[in-house]
Amino acid sequence: MNPPSLPEGAPTPRPTESRVRFAHTNYINAHYGIKSWLLTKDHKRIALLYLGSISLFFALGGVYAMMIRLELLTPASDLVQPMTYNKLFTQHGIIMIFLFLIPSIPAVLGNFLVPLMIGAKDLAFPRINLLSWYLYMIAAVIVVWALLNGGVDTGWTFYTPYSTTFSNSYVVATGLGIFVNGFSSILTGLNFIVTIHTMRAPGMTWFRLPLFIWSHYATSLIMILGTPVIAITILLVAFERIAHIGIFDPRLGGDPVLFQHFFWFYSHPAVYIMILPSMGVVSEIVSTHSRKNIFGYTFVAFSSLAIAVFGFLVWGHHLFTSSQSVYAGMIFSIISFTVAIPSAVKVFNWTATLYKGSISYDTPMLYAMGFIGLFTIGGLTGLFLASLGTDVHLTDTYFIVAHFHYIMVGGALMGYLGGLHNWWPKITGRMYPEGWGRFSALVIFVGFNLTFFPQFLLGTLGMPRRYAAYPADEPVWQVLNVMSTAGASILAVGLIIPGIYFIWSMRYGKFAPANPWPATGLEWRTLSPPPTENFAVTPIVTWEAYEYRPVEEMRVIGVGDGDTSPPVQPAHGTT
Amino acid sequence: MSSYRVDEIHLTGADEHAATALAHHFDNLEQQREAGSLGMWVFLITEIMFFGGLFTGYVIYRTQNQASFAYASSTLNWKLGAFNTVVLILSSLTMALAVYFAQVGSRRNQIVFLAVTAVLGLTFLVVKSVEYAEKIRDHHVPIQGFWHWDQAQHALPANVTERSVQMFYWIYFAMTGLHALHMIIGIAVMLFLMYYAYRGRYTPEYHSPVENSGLYWHFVDIVWIFLFPLLYLLGAHLTHGGGH
Ligand code: HEM
Ligand SMILES: [Cu+2]
Repeated sequence: MNPPSLPEGAPTPRPTESRVRFAHTNYINAHYGIKSWLLTKDHKRIALLYLGSISLFFALGGVYAMMIRLELLTPASDLVQPMTYNKLFTQHGIIMIFLFLIPSIPAVLGNFLVPLMIGAKDLAFPRINLLSWYLYMIAAVIVVWALLNGGVDTGWTFYTPYSTTFSNSYVVATGLGIFVNGFSSILTGLNFIVTIHTMRAPGMTWFRLPLFIWSHYATSLIMILGTPVIAITILLVAFERIAHIGIFDPRLGGDPVLFQHFFWFYSHPAVYIMILPSMGVVSEIVSTHSRKNIFGYTFVAFSSLAIAVFGFLVWGHHLFTSSQSVYAGMIFSIISFTVAIPSAVKVFNWTATLYKGSISYDTPMLYAMGFIGLFTIGGLTGLFLASLGTDVHLTDTYFIVAHFHYIMVGGALMGYLGGLHNWWPKITGRMYPEGWGRFSALVIFVGFNLTFFPQFLLGTLGMPRRYAAYPADEPVWQVLNVMSTAGASILAVGLIIPGIYFIWSMRYGKFAPANPWPATGLEWRTLSPPPTENFAVTPIVTWEAYEYRPVEEMRVIGVGDGDTSPPVQPAHGTT
Repeated sequence: MSSYRVDEIHLTGADEHAATALAHHFDNLEQQREAGSLGMWVFLITEIMFFGGLFTGYVIYRTQNQASFAYASSTLNWKLGAFNTVVLILSSLTMALAVYFAQVGSRRNQIVFLAVTAVLGLTFLVVKSVEYAEKIRDHHVPIQGFWHWDQAQHALPANVTERSVQMFYWIYFAMTGLHALHMIIGIAVMLFLMYYAYRGRYTPEYHSPVENSGLYWHFVDIVWIFLFPLLYLLGAHLTHGGGH
């Protein structure tokens, strides 16, 4: 009696520890030399180029974060001048959002996995894929150049008229960087959409796609629909600043709030560019590491699309305290509440998937669980902010800072790290050290909460964001700020550990089998690391996504030799 | 017409040619064509959003300054605008013919119509530069320090403010400038296509670059079809005394 099983075949090849080099030719050892990397059109190599570059910027953004927290350790603005502080939080935000979080999962994991998961040899437009990395690098160079020359102090939001008229910093150069970076992101989105539509392997129907693909599809929609708007907006800010044509200047009949509308028309959806890919990662991890089919596949799939669509209709919730009319505010408030529904659908479905699953608390699963809890807090506090009356009190306080960090760090970053661990064996062909993995996941969780939970309290107490100093006669403020800075230090340590062991594992890690967890996705049916052409033979899909058998069941009736991998095998050598 | 005949050379060499035109990561030419065309459509959607920001700005500021926009629009040269509209519509026709001849595999006609399309595009740009030159001469470019509105030459009606005329003009320059940039890129693409068509790269089996560039060209035309009435014809009743 066979459980619903995957195609028959030889068992997964097991690595022999004595091997120093990979026995097979794969995308990493297929070519050598710096040129073979810089001119590569292989989506897997481009993913690694991205991984290297965004990691660098993540570290840089982290340095800025530490400087912000150190300044706020004491009430007085003593470590840096207030004007410098403005630059610190602006650079921090710009680097983290535009140069790290927006590209993070799509450009690294998405680039690597989208073709593998749908059984394609590459993305539809490999050259455009490489171009998008170069655009990213050009953007990064421009931003860094501006930064070395003194940086920007407008906040990552570039609000007019400060940015167009008053700020005495490198607004245009930084804007140009973000403009160029936008095209990198558009090209990635375009590539994913076309690839998912046209390159699926035979039998890989839309409803057999891994949810990771659905979430990347939704993300790509936002990228192609939203990013052009921020591009034109930044262009207008630059025109306004250089030529003073009056677009956003009330003295010339322009409207500065129009800028805010344009900005948030992109930037609210952009927050979903950051979180949706993470949601895709979490769906994969939760089902693989609890050995259960995802609960309510179609709901989870469509909730991604719903988020993408509704996400475009709520930007006005960032303008509750601007000149936007109260009626518009009420409508935006209501729609913001509805956007929470598809987010909640996902949380419920992941929880239901975990229910009675054979959960293994591997590092990816720890991150996924962290995601679910922290994203829930972030989302719920979003509802407080979407309520008109409450927002008037909370806007521009540390409550906002805590809200979006719970989502962007607690959610998006946890998803990214979870995904990186989950697919590290596939990407590098090596295992990361599991013990250190779990340890650092816990450190990150603790550090994160210690950093940002006090900020909710500070926000409700009324501490405004974006100030270098706070009143010294409020002992509670000081205590909470010290907690936050202490937490940030713990968080930093927690993040440095994976940085070290990932690099270490590339050389010294145990060899990874083709399917270590084991999981059902197509990407696990080829070798680790995959060969350049991904699959020797285009796979033919005859099964649904996530056909998992519990660990216990596999032990009893599974392969029979104690081998917990399902009978899957690399596509090599099969027909 | 003998030129509609399919070139034998291409048909006999088709299989061999198809093999080289197929990129390694596609299973067959059909899939490759589909991907290319979808890619272009998706790109055009991003273009719509890109122009969309400016159109939104236009709608908002025009509703706030109806009279001034109508007046400012009447200071543009609608005849040149209309001429350019005709030029672009013609160029869409020639582009469509170029695509057709790529499909049937006539190399000569394909090159001819690509060239005509490029020339029409250039004509558009020349006329546009004449218009721009006029505005620069009159200091009607809304740059701080450069902008100047000569009341003696263009007396402002009672309900029109110079401020909102200036507002119209930045929108005019932003939209037509962005459009002209797209035209320049389009013409460069035409030259590129002509070169490869000359080298015999496009065959009845493989010509999606021509088709997709055609899509792009038509898109740029359509943007102009919107721009022309929105920018040039708002004040028609003012210059011709009609309407009331
Ligand atoms: C569950 C759905 C969500 C709701 C209802 C929501 C609601 C809100 C509201 C109303 C604000 C504006 C508060 C103010 O400025 O006064 C806000 C700010 C913010 N939210 Fe959310 N949010 C949600 C999800 C997210 C997600 C998924 C992210 C990011 C991945 C995010 C990131 C941000 C950011 C970055 C800001 C602050 C922007 C700034 O002013 O610098 N939010 N949110
Ligand atoms: Cu928002």
